[in-house]
Amino acid sequence: MGKTLYEKVFDLHTVRKLPSGQYQLFMGLQLIHEVTSPQAFAMLRERGWKVRYPHRNFATVDHIVPTHSLERPYADSLAEEMMRALENNAREFGITLFSPETGKQGVVHIIGPELGLTQPGMTICCGDSHTATHGAFGALAFGIGTSQVRDVLATQTLAMGKLKVRRIEINGRLAPGVYPKDVILYIINQLGVKGGVGYAYEYAGQVFDEMDMEGRMTVCNMSIEGGARCGYVNPDATTYAYMKGRPYAPPPEKWDEAVRFWESVKSDPDAQYDDVVQYRAEDIAPMVTWGITPGQSIPVDGVVPDKSQFPPSEHSLIEEAYEYMGVKPGDPIKGMKIDVAFIGSCTNGRISDFEEIVKHIQGRGYKVAPHVRALIVPGSQLVRDEMVRRGYDKIFTEAGFEFREPGCSMCLAMNPDKLKGREICASSSNRNFKGRQGSPTGRTLLMSPVMVAAAALAGEVVDAREFFGIRGEKGAQS
Amino acid sequence: MNDLRRVRISGKAVSVRGNDIDTDRIIPARYLRCVTFDGLGEHVFEDDREQLRRSGQLHPFDRPEFAEAEILFVNKNFGCGSSREHAPQAIMRWGKGIKAIVGESFAEIFFGNCVALGIPCVTVDEATAAEIQALNESAPNTVFTVDLEQMKLVADNGKSWPISLAEGPRQQFLQGRWDSTAELMEADEEISATAARLPYFNHWR
Repeated sequence: MGKTLYEKVFDLHTVRKLPSGQYQLFMGLQLIHEVTSPQAFAMLRERGWKVRYPHRNFATVDHIVPTHSLERPYADSLAEEMMRALENNAREFGITLFSPETGKQGVVHIIGPELGLTQPGMTICCGDSHTATHGAFGALAFGIGTSQVRDVLATQTLAMGKLKVRRIEINGRLAPGVYPKDVILYIINQLGVKGGVGYAYEYAGQVFDEMDMEGRMTVCNMSIEGGARCGYVNPDATTYAYMKGRPYAPPPEKWDEAVRFWESVKSDPDAQYDDVVQYRAEDIAPMVTWGITPGQSIPVDGVVPDKSQFPPSEHSLIEEAYEYMGVKPGDPIKGMKIDVAFIGSCTNGRISDFEEIVKHIQGRGYKVAPHVRALIVPGSQLVRDEMVRRGYDKIFTEAGFEFREPGCSMCLAMNPDKLKGREICASSSNRNFKGRQGSPTGRTLLMSPVMVAAAALAGEVVDAREFFGIRGEKGAQS
Repeated sequence: MNDLRRVRISGKAVSVRGNDIDTDRIIPARYLRCVTFDGLGEHVFEDDREQLRRSGQLHPFDRPEFAEAEILFVNKNFGCGSSREHAPQAIMRWGKGIKAIVGESFAEIFFGNCVALGIPCVTVDEATAAEIQALNESAPNTVFTVDLEQMKLVADNGKSWPISLAEGPRQQFLQGRWDSTAELMEADEEISATAARLPYFNHWR
């Protein structure tokens, strides 16, 4: 009987079975950032432990960095303290830190892939739930807490149970103007925000076969919003082509050996799954969230659903969402006025995300609506440099967007980029939780980057396909 | 040596009702700007508490009758969203400290973080959750015991309900092995052997 990629990679990295019945699992790569690591390093120091394999750990700074200026010290003294702690910890324990001075700083889930650190067949962890992103390469990648960060620093291993595997198969072709972000919002809408608890998600079928790497990252990134701790796509020629030549990718003389290894970890054709679900690409439209969980979404031409469509145990959450968002059943989402537009994050802050928007706004004289504050936040310094090289900074600035420095920014608003009061934000990020974007009463509408850009220009939620006249061409990916 | 075993945990309870309560709500991101976990307890559920105060109500964590609670009753998918360990750290540092959580289901990363901190998260069915929350709210002085040996929740009025917990973490609590680092370090040679069989371990060099 064949095996899934999940089982093969898990087995390869299993150190031993623990007395509790769990497994001690080796972590091929740990990524570190400033928010969830200082306490882990402090515990190491207290106990007099070293980092076991410093060369398998890499750090960057993303959550707290301001995006209007990189100047030090940061105006926020707490942010400055966290940055210094990370610099000291990296130095003391011998860990490579991609700080802004290196030119390679960025959101941790953007820089891992772009530096070639993220590779198929690896186990990858980080004190951040969106670590699932790296599954796009056929790695097992998951978020952990700070105590586990400490465990990995000290031993490069974790205690873990085995997950079940659900194959999510989508065949057919996405319509023009429908993007990977819509695919994952659709999946979460169908399976629910708790549907993936206890599972790893394997994304498969024609839609994923044809999707580019950055699109696959967008989908895997939000696996956790569906409750699945990790999600992955089996590696293929698209994966290898994306990796070739990146700084930490295998060198040319090792390339064939590496590809053989990567091919060997793919799910076997006769692999057994704990569950299989199938959807049709044609059923997926541009999605927008209307509520306070990523599962509370509707197609852009849909209306806020009535609670009677949900099981009784969900009714109180649905009512809470109506109240918090200020919507009622039957309200269309189209036409909802927005105050802020945010394009960036580990979900959608990559070059192809911005490229797809530029394709629709370049040379067309659009301006951001006068009442809208619109932020373009590149996912990394390398993404930003490439945008400048291509002239995107000017295109966005001329259209009235603010072109910022890289970081997590308004996805979770740990830096100065925050909503005020009950502002409504069209956002390319991943969470529409209450208070997520920095105001305890702020409201978030999740959607694809192209949909956010259209909303910024129109001043309200619109169908980007109508607004930009997207039709006919092959569905690009963002 | 502290006894790390978690066999029976007794105390008064507090109920926070609702499904899908995420870790941003448990501890808003602005309180993650810190290099230690000290002081997080007072900010637990801060925005939810403030919103209720403004509308003239009190969050369970602000009601005097629950101020001594050491067990938390919740509903489905508690702790979803961000992996921030700051969430259970805040819960365990509030008041007398929450030492066990009983709910219908838990998000996985949150559950794992709680194991690492020695806080069992045990599950009950929907009807039981409703019953124990109602009992807790109507009789806040009721003392509950989470019994991981017998796998039941017992109230001091004599009632009891079955609870569930995966066998792996259950054994970690019963054997006092939830503080995992020491145990992981024991496998020194096996760790080296695993590293040696990973083709990418030295960056393919």
